[in-house]
This record gives sequence, structure tokens and C-alpha cells, in this order.
Amino acid sequence: MPNFIMSYLDSKEALTPGSAGSQFWALIYVLIIFAGVSVAVIAMNWIERKLLAHFQVRLGPMRVGPHGLLQPIADAVKLMIKEDIIPAEADQLVFWFAPMIGLLAAFTVYTVIPFGPSQAVSDMNIGILFMLGVSSLGVLGIVVAGWASNSHYPLIGALRSSAQMVSYEVAMGLAVVSAILMTSLNASGTGTLSMIGIVQAQQQQGVWFIFKFFPLGLIAFAIFAIAMVAETNRAPFDLAEAESELTAGYHTEYSGLRWSLFMLAEYAAMIAVSSIAVTLWLGGWMRPFPNLLHAPAWDFIFSLFPGLTFLALAAIALIGVARMPAHSFFRIQRIGLAVFAALLGFVALLLLVIAVAGRSADMSVAGRFNDGIDHVYWFVLKVAVFMYLFIWYRATWPRYRFDQLMKIGWKVMLPISLGVLIVTAIVGVIFS
Amino acid sequence: MNLAMNSALNSTINSGMAPVATPWFFYVLAGVAVISGVLVITRRNAVHAALALIVTLLAVTGLYLMLYAPFVAGVQIIVYAGGIMVLFLFVIMLVNIDRSSKERRFNRIWAVGLGAACALLALFVFAFTKGKALFPDRGMPLAEGSNTQEIAKMLYGEAGRMGQYTFAFEIASLLLLVAILGAVIMTKKKI
Repeated sequence: MPNFIMSYLDSKEALTPGSAGSQFWALIYVLIIFAGVSVAVIAMNWIERKLLAHFQVRLGPMRVGPHGLLQPIADAVKLMIKEDIIPAEADQLVFWFAPMIGLLAAFTVYTVIPFGPSQAVSDMNIGILFMLGVSSLGVLGIVVAGWASNSHYPLIGALRSSAQMVSYEVAMGLAVVSAILMTSLNASGTGTLSMIGIVQAQQQQGVWFIFKFFPLGLIAFAIFAIAMVAETNRAPFDLAEAESELTAGYHTEYSGLRWSLFMLAEYAAMIAVSSIAVTLWLGGWMRPFPNLLHAPAWDFIFSLFPGLTFLALAAIALIGVARMPAHSFFRIQRIGLAVFAALLGFVALLLLVIAVAGRSADMSVAGRFNDGIDHVYWFVLKVAVFMYLFIWYRATWPRYRFDQLMKIGWKVMLPISLGVLIVTAIVGVIFS
Repeated sequence: MNLAMNSALNSTINSGMAPVATPWFFYVLAGVAVISGVLVITRRNAVHAALALIVTLLAVTGLYLMLYAPFVAGVQIIVYAGGIMVLFLFVIMLVNIDRSSKERRFNRIWAVGLGAACALLALFVFAFTKGKALFPDRGMPLAEGSNTQEIAKMLYGEAGRMGQYTFAFEIASLLLLVAILGAVIMTKKKI
């Protein structure tokens, strides 16, 4: 194979394609991440509808495919063939461009998200700064969309959204700073902003930052976890699209594909901020207890988890096949679900084979592949917990009033995050 | 760190690819910055002008990256493009643009603008012709991989030693604090 493909794979140390200077593999990683995030957003669409339904003791989508599994595809087709309306009095150019701004901002941040020590497009020195900055550009898309629609509800939604995002960014930033402060508690005394460096700092100090200086890390994490819901305009902070007051807020005038771009951007941004939280406080790609249970046997046991997860999913699908009503109407659905179960089982088998083949901790291809799968698995699992929480919040809490939202942002979260920052600095100086 | 940089550079050269920071990039970024900068002052619609200003700021961010100053680039995005420009748009949307764009200007702001532009042009010409003697040949070489750490050492110092710019940095932060307090006191009737 050509040199520019193999030189990255053959390198002895684990580097990201960005730091290895391999543009080919950087492009491959970008494509994989883009496809993966798009599929994750489609899956989230189904999971959210299904979970919300179950929270409300309904069944949710059941008709399109077994258990509504093909519903997202039906939705996508519907959105694509829908008429794309641009209001006559709208600012055409800005109206056309607004959804792209949010989408670009949401997808650009994925270049620095560390799915593993070498499973990121690039390891920027300013990683977390880049993520916060670029994701804060997403609000421009919302503001501009609301203004370009030339209509009252979208404008009010856009104004609310910009006020909310600017307010919560302050508390969010201070919480992030207190976590970055913790990375500097090493021999050299200098911290790091690089996303990979932050996880490695947690590895060296042997503790996830959520448990560091208990309860300081936990408070900072809680502030971030609240602020990130507000930043992504999700319930209970979804005042920008409060349907009981503003019809649909900033995207009232949007329809069809353009509207779906807003949804894509929103869900991609949700995954992105969850990844920040996982990287900063929950140990990123690390598996649970890498310090206590570090024997090779434990490594092997933990590397079985990805395969076992897919096996469990396959089992759930098989139970679904068995529980289908025995009527000829359900024959195609039953066959479809059985094929889906077989597919999941095949993936599980593949992962288990890789886990067994790569169990010796050497630099063989299978071993490195196995490590990579492990890292990505734990990272994605942690992010998935956050995605579940987003849905859970939406099903549980009523929407805030706007003055309450501002009061919480400025009078509760900001002082607490400032206090945590100062106390973290003091404790860090005393204990280092 | 230098070692790591060198190895990265070497691998770039070995794989037969040119480094990313080429003059071509500079001209593209500078062109975008200038064109959108002109759009900022020629557009009558204030929102369009603000959007063009955002494009200018982002192009300048790219220039910072080309100068191996990633930290400044990141701060530029967060503070200007993400923070200040959102507030700009926020305020512009609350103003009645249609009326204000049709009203005649009653002050001679163009005279001040012309004077400032001429002064800036003179400064540029001066820097272009005499710049070689005025400025050091090249800035302090900061490795891209430890840029942020080096800036931190200059601003805050290390291991009990004051940094090069600690005093100036503290004075600047005090000034900003006074400005924030002033803004709060001036807008609030009752505190």
C-alpha cells in the first residue's frame, strides 16, 4: 500500500492523525465521525420518541417497522420531500444561510473530541478553548434565523435564545476553568487545555475530576451539567422554542429540509457538549477503575464489554421477535426484527473475536484495534448516559419562566461557580 | 517539545506533503477579511454589516493560527465572534432599523472617520517602509505545542517568580473590573 497510508499505521507511538501529520487518515477520521454522528442523531430521534412515550405510559412509534425502528427513515423522507417555504418578506440570503451556521459550528467541534488517546482528528493545544468558542458560534445561527424570518415569534425566540446562551456561557466557562485548574496539579505545575491532555492528567492523578477534592469537582460538574442543557436549548430551558408561547420559536417559519438542519445541529451540539463533560470530569475514554483493577486479566474482562453489550442488544431484539403476536400481519415485521437481531449478534461476535485475539497487550494490529474499540466504547457509553439524561429532563421537568431562568443563571450559578473556582485554587495550592 | 515538533515536521516532509501554512492560505484569509471588512461599512442593513464583521473576525482568527498563536485565535473566537458579536446582534435587533437607516445623519462623523483612516494609512506606510529597523527581526519563537503554557508563564510567572508581564496584566484586570463596576452603577438607579 502507498506510503502515506501505511506510515501512520506503522508508527510505534499512538498519535492522532493531526499530530502525526497524516492528512489522509485525518480525512478518514473526519468522514467516520461525520457518518457516526449523523447515525447517532438519527438513532436519537427514535430513542427520544420511544423513551418519551414510555415515560408517559404510551407505546410511541410502533407502525413503521418493528417497534417503529424505521420511523426515523420515514421522517427523513417526509422532511426531504416537503415543500421548502421561504416567507415573502424574509431576508432571503440570511434565511437560507442561517441553518448552515449552526450546523457548521456543531460539526466543527468534533475535530478535537478525544474518543481515545489517538482516536481524534487532531489534538489541538487549545482544545477545550476551541470547543467552547466554536460551539458558542452556534447561537449566531439561531439569532440570525429568528431575525431573517421577519416575524414576531421567531424574533422573540431568537432574543431569548441569545440572552440565555450568553448568560449561561459565563457559568459554564468558570466551571470549565476549575476543571482545567486541576490538570495543573502535577510535578511541573503547568496544566493543559488539550482535550487529550486533560484525560491523561486524570489518568496520571488516578482520579476522575468529578471526584477530585470532593465535593468541589462534583459542584463544578453539576454547574456544567445544568449550563449545558441551557446552552443547547433543551427542556427545561427550551424557552427559545417554547411551543405554548412562541409556536416554535426561532424556527417557526422554517420547513422541510431546512428545519431538519436545525434539528441535526441541535442534536449534534448535544452530543458535543456531553463529550466536553465526559472529557473534563468523567475520565474521557478510560474504563472504570483503571488503577485498582489493572491486571491483564481485568483488561481482558473489560475488553469483553463492547461485545457483550451488542450481545445484550441482540437478545433484546430476539425477545421482541418471540413476543410478536402470532398473526400473519406481523410476519414481515418479525422477519425484519430477526434479521436485525442477527446483525447485532454478528457485530457482537466480531467484537468478541477481536477482544480475544488482541488480549495480549502488545502493539500488534489486533491489539491496537482492540484498544481502540475499548476507548471508543467507554467514551460513547458515557456520552450515551448524558443523552439519556437529556431525554429524562425533558420528560420530567416543566419549562422555566424567563425571569426565573435569568435569576438562576446570574444569581445562583455564577456565584457558585466563582466560589468553586476560588476554593479549588486555594485547595490546589495547599495540597500540592 | 521541540523534538516532538521536529518529528512531526519531518514526518510531514517525509510523506511528501507541504506544510499547511502556505502563502496561499494567507492571501485567501486576508482577501476574505478585507472584502468582508468593506462590506461592513457599505451595507445599509445593520444585521448584514454585523454578519460581515463576524466573517472578518473569523478570517483574522485564521491569520492568528497561521502565526502559530493558537491561544489568541481561540480567545478571539470566544470573546469577539461568540460573545461580543452576539450582543451586537441582540442590540441591533431591538433597534428599529428601517427608520434609522432612512434618517439623515446630523453630525459630521465622516470627517472623524476620514481623519482616523488617513492616520492609520500613514501608520501602515510608515511601518511598511521603516518597519525593519523598528521591530525585532522575528517574534519570540513559541512552539505551537506549548504556546498556551508559555503565555501563562509570561503572564503569571512560574515557581514563585513574577512573570514578564504580570504587573501589566494585573493592572489591566483591575481596569476591567473598574469598568464593569462603573457599567453596573451607571445603569442601576438603586443598588
